[in-house]
Amino acid sequence: APAYHLILEGILILWIIRLLFSKTYKLQERSDLTVKEKEELIEEWQPEPLVPPISKDHPALNYNIVSGPPSHSIVVNGKECINFASFNFLGLLDNPRVKAAALASLKKYGVGTCGPRGFYGTFDVHLDLEDRLAKFMKTEEAIIYSYGFATIASAIPAYSKRGDIVFVDRAACFAIQKGLQASRSNIKLFEHNDMADLERLLKEQEIEDQKNPRKARVTRRFIVVEGLYMNTGTICPLPELVQLKYKYKARIFLEESLSFGVLGEHGRGVTEHFGINIDDIDLISANMENALASIGGFCCGRSFVIDHQRLSGQGYCFSASLPPLLAAAAIEALNIMEENPGIFAVLKEKCKRIHKALQGISGLKVVGEALSPAFHLQLEASTGSREQDAKLLQEIVRQCMDRSIALTQARYLEREEKCLPPPSIRVVVTVEQTEEELEKAAATIKEVAQAVLV
Amino acid sequence: MRVKSPSTHVRLEIALDPDPAGPTSIGLDPDLAGPTPVKPRRVHHVTQNGGLYKRPFNEAFEETPMLVAVLTYVGYGVLTLFGYLRDFLRYWRIEKCHYATEREEQKDFVPLYQDFENFYTRNLYMRIRDNWNRPICSVPGARMDIMERQSHDYNWSFRYTGNTIKGVINMGSYNYLGFARNTGSCQEAAAKVLEEYGVGVCSTRQEIGNLDKHEELEKLVASFLGVEAAMAYGMGFATNSMNIPALVSKGCLILSDELNHASLVLGARLSGATIRVFKHNNMQSLEKLLKDAIVCGQPRTRRPWKKILILVEGIYSMEGSIVRLPEVIALKKKYKAYLYLDEAHSIGALGPAGRGVVDYFGLDPEDVDVMMGTFTKSFGASGGYIGGKKELIDYLRTHSHSAVYATSLSPPVVQQIITSMKCIMGKDGTTLGKECVQQLAENTRYFRRRLKEMGFIIYGNEDSPVVPLMLYMPAKIGAFGREMLKRNIGVVVVGFPATPIIESRARFCLSAAHTKEILDTALKEIDEVGDLLQLKYSRHRLVPLLDRPFDETTYEETED
Repeated sequence: APAYHLILEGILILWIIRLLFSKTYKLQERSDLTVKEKEELIEEWQPEPLVPPISKDHPALNYNIVSGPPSHSIVVNGKECINFASFNFLGLLDNPRVKAAALASLKKYGVGTCGPRGFYGTFDVHLDLEDRLAKFMKTEEAIIYSYGFATIASAIPAYSKRGDIVFVDRAACFAIQKGLQASRSNIKLFEHNDMADLERLLKEQEIEDQKNPRKARVTRRFIVVEGLYMNTGTICPLPELVQLKYKYKARIFLEESLSFGVLGEHGRGVTEHFGINIDDIDLISANMENALASIGGFCCGRSFVIDHQRLSGQGYCFSASLPPLLAAAAIEALNIMEENPGIFAVLKEKCKRIHKALQGISGLKVVGEALSPAFHLQLEASTGSREQDAKLLQEIVRQCMDRSIALTQARYLEREEKCLPPPSIRVVVTVEQTEEELEKAAATIKEVAQAVLV
Repeated sequence: MRVKSPSTHVRLEIALDPDPAGPTSIGLDPDLAGPTPVKPRRVHHVTQNGGLYKRPFNEAFEETPMLVAVLTYVGYGVLTLFGYLRDFLRYWRIEKCHYATEREEQKDFVPLYQDFENFYTRNLYMRIRDNWNRPICSVPGARMDIMERQSHDYNWSFRYTGNTIKGVINMGSYNYLGFARNTGSCQEAAAKVLEEYGVGVCSTRQEIGNLDKHEELEKLVASFLGVEAAMAYGMGFATNSMNIPALVSKGCLILSDELNHASLVLGARLSGATIRVFKHNNMQSLEKLLKDAIVCGQPRTRRPWKKILILVEGIYSMEGSIVRLPEVIALKKKYKAYLYLDEAHSIGALGPAGRGVVDYFGLDPEDVDVMMGTFTKSFGASGGYIGGKKELIDYLRTHSHSAVYATSLSPPVVQQIITSMKCIMGKDGTTLGKECVQQLAENTRYFRRRLKEMGFIIYGNEDSPVVPLMLYMPAKIGAFGREMLKRNIGVVVVGFPATPIIESRARFCLSAAHTKEILDTALKEIDEVGDLLQLKYSRHRLVPLLDRPFDETTYEETED
């Protein structure tokens, strides 16, 4: 063998021996700390206080106390007012039939269900309600949740996982935002009700897909919109959305909390309003806490879609089911809705009326469509600081309450919202308000705004 | 021969009296260390004055016998093979497809579900699906009426025959103190409030949904728990998932128990903080994590953590174990962490006055920073609460997601909680509450002792009203549920994914409404079914105790 060969092998063997016996390189220098040093570090470390202190005059600290039922005539902080702040659109909150149905259920089942749906928490009332909701909305199946907020917040993460793409409107409500956060998908926001912006985003996504077709074949796409937006009082342009859906192959999730029981000839929501086939919408989610004046929420759609939530909806599987008296109240409310479909037209009338009456107030502008029973009054010209604006609006609210009109400011979590709406007063129209009361409210707000803002 | 089965790290642990001579140590007994199996020996329960535990802490998780573990894996293997076979047959249309399919118009969309994700659901869960979601049509009390269902296509679809199976003994509902009733003072008070207030609220707490009833409830909850203030929410799950993000954020550390409930895990994830998991109820693991966290700081930047929050539960509902609260509080004080205690199952069910796990160990409620619980289990209502110092509650009133965006509790439900809580506290002038708490404790001890004597493997603490009975094999899950229903007893069986894959179990929830006759009937049937299905795996046969009242100086012998 040639000499250089032997020499090279000898060097290699010596190198291996050196490597075997050298000290391993430790990445964590801190683990070389002595026990005493570690104890000192532990002694010295001071955590932040669990919660920061809240000043006594924080605007959201002291709640208004309502004594008695929050119905049409409401007693707030000891003063009797007409209620323009609760989402009691169809006035079913103190309907005697609803109360009687709930009472009968209470006498039969007690109050709580003592278990989740999987473990003896399914009552015949729940199955009944799911059946009735599916029939009412003309879908195959419906599923009930025991909390309105948890409905859409559990539905979205059940379908959309890490790696999927969700196109969502900027003005989406907080529950949708939490559902999206829990799903860990890619979120793409489009401008409020701007179909051109949405189409632009969808086109960009299509170009991305062509670069990587294998990935595109397994990435699901969803569009999440609300029927009637809580934050802006506008209706989503559903026909254009359905067109975009078929063009770009994305599924639509529609959140109808405010539009269920309000829009459409029979109260079936925004799909009836636009005359769209309900099977075109993959999932409709709504809460029963507005028009149905109960507690909880539901999702409805085709069995193919809804059945999946029975095993993967977190708020469904891991939580106790809806108390039967609330389910019975919702069934009775549905009965009333089906029996007099005329109330929806009445509600629309009243909305149009007050919308017109509140136009032209100096300093305040109406934000929301004429059809929306829950709309906002925002300052026409902001003072520059959100806190100042909020103080002015609170003063208006306070003076209105003094004159027996109960209003409230729309509350948001300022640091948590993705797109924080400007401060506003929430005005809610219900069927129970008479024409005189509507006139009186409009006049009062005009007067107070005049006094406070000018 | 006893070999630890690979996926279980549970072992036989009998807590001995902690070291009485140690003011320097925080009382952790070296024998309690981790996973080495401790040879069972004589245990003397003597009250400790000055020790951390004022009462004996008896928790046992018997090891899975080797043969059973092997057979269980074989069982799952066979099921998986058959699953692939059936999928194949369904794909080639040899077998009829029962499940719903996508719309024709949307066939070219990206599929909504991955086939593989649902393999378990399609092929294993479907076979025994009739054991879950059983609909009932009566009060979920000690006895209930189940609606009979039939399936003609192997559980793909159910048809209601119209019959009801009446008087089924209810061992599945979380009705610990027996407040699930449709008669009595609770129901009457709730009915009155329903008449006056109606059912819904239609607004959030911060807007116009804060009723006087809510304020009354919160004051009562605060006095029940012994804390400064409390706040109530409409859903127990949402209490966790909406308030943990309000308390911690990015830059904080969450130390969460391995077996925490889905709501705690979701809340921790939504907060954006770093999550580290410690072994179930293992204080050495928790201490190590705390030390490492404070010494090393945040990963990569080494900045000190803003705060450390420890998430534990009072009773873990799948294991039946009780948290080692005295040790957790000692650790928390030493390392200046904050403690979040979720008492969903333990409030009302533990403790001589029914005030939960803090009462059970005789500790000070002020040591727990955040006391959370639900009203669903022991109070027969729905909803959750958080109790703590006034600053904490003030902060939650302004920053909790639920206060701003979610509807408040329904008035009749609030009244039910108020009445039942007053009853437990004895404020309604009767001793009914105290009797219920005592009855539950007696039922628990009796039931657990009898089951252990029969030879079943029972997990968990001796005082926990949640009793998991191990089944292990997948076929026995379905068989146990169905056989018990044939004998008119409704039980809950749980398998994967709620439990590790080979540790499926049946879970009994005891109630103060169960009389001794009901328990005896149930025990007789469980004995029969246990013999029929060969469920009596336990190697540690307990010598039957003489029937005398349990006092602290009883000696208990365990023999191999």
